Amino acid sequence: MLKRALAIISLLIIGYWLAQGLAGVPFGQDKMLVGQYYLNHVREQTGAVNAVTAVVVNYRGFDTLGEVTVLFIASTGVGALLWRKKRERTAKTEGSVVLKTGAELLFPFIVLFGAYIFIHGHLTPGGGFPGGATIATAFLLLYMAFVGYEIPHRAFEKVEGVAGMGYVLVGLIGLAIGGYFLFDWIWLTWKWGAENIGRLFSAGFIPVIYTLIGIKVGTELSGIIDNMLKEEVGE
Amino acid sequence: MNCFACVEYIIVALMLLSAILAVEWRDLLAAVVGMAAVSLFASLLFFMLQAPDVAMTEAAIGAALSGAVFIFAIKRTRRFETEEEEKPGWWVRW
Repeated sequence: MLKRALAIISLLIIGYWLAQGLAGVPFGQDKMLVGQYYLNHVREQTGAVNAVTAVVVNYRGFDTLGEVTVLFIASTGVGALLWRKKRERTAKTEGSVVLKTGAELLFPFIVLFGAYIFIHGHLTPGGGFPGGATIATAFLLLYMAFVGYEIPHRAFEKVEGVAGMGYVLVGLIGLAIGGYFLFDWIWLTWKWGAENIGRLFSAGFIPVIYTLIGIKVGTELSGIIDNMLKEEVGE
Repeated sequence: MNCFACVEYIIVALMLLSAILAVEWRDLLAAVVGMAAVSLFASLLFFMLQAPDVAMTEAAIGAALSGAVFIFAIKRTRRFETEEEEKPGWWVRW
């Protein structure tokens, strides 16, 4: 009782303090300094229509690399924590017929939609992370529906590593061509797709990097699901 | 008169309610449901504040994957919080 009351009182004090701090910031007012620059120059500098993905991949590409690293470390950490010599899925109840048939039917559509999200990251909302999470959700559906289902580990881990290395490799090519890491060489040096902004083949390396990120995130989250669903079995 | 702000108030209220319930419920599966509801309302709120990228990511991560991961963790541990005190009832938690 006392503990809880003290916690609520201190939370109220912190909340009041934050509200006081935020009271000086009017909501929805135009206070953009860097943001206005992004909005004005995003088309000619990156070729992307979606300003968010342009900022995430192009202007602030290093942060995205960090996020991908964080996900990779999370996946590796789950794998390391749950590592056992002999692990299998121990689920006993098979999904119902409706669930199994539905999962079989829905799986390609979900994967297709996830691929759509990350391929069209420079045109429509979304990008690599939601697309990859959608693909992982498709694999989660298969795990839920089928007792014996397991992702192909060898292939998945290799694909994950190759996609991560591809991201760094694209950045290193930019370093070689343009002088700094993650320089958008396809757009700024080659001018490839410069005349069809707003179509699929535009926006420099944003679709390339988002495809790599989508594949990486999808395989990583599927790997986490796989690790969490398998249990140790006796010899 | 369009009642955009009313809908936002309703969503924020529901989000607060589900957040409080997610901490209050002793059944951890129910708490996961509350957390997924918070995520859903956050996603709706992001959408209404015109941030579709964030809304999609929040929906994909928060609603589906983190809920599933929490449920897997509960499946391998315990479902109920079991810290019994002398008197049963809701006031025990206080």
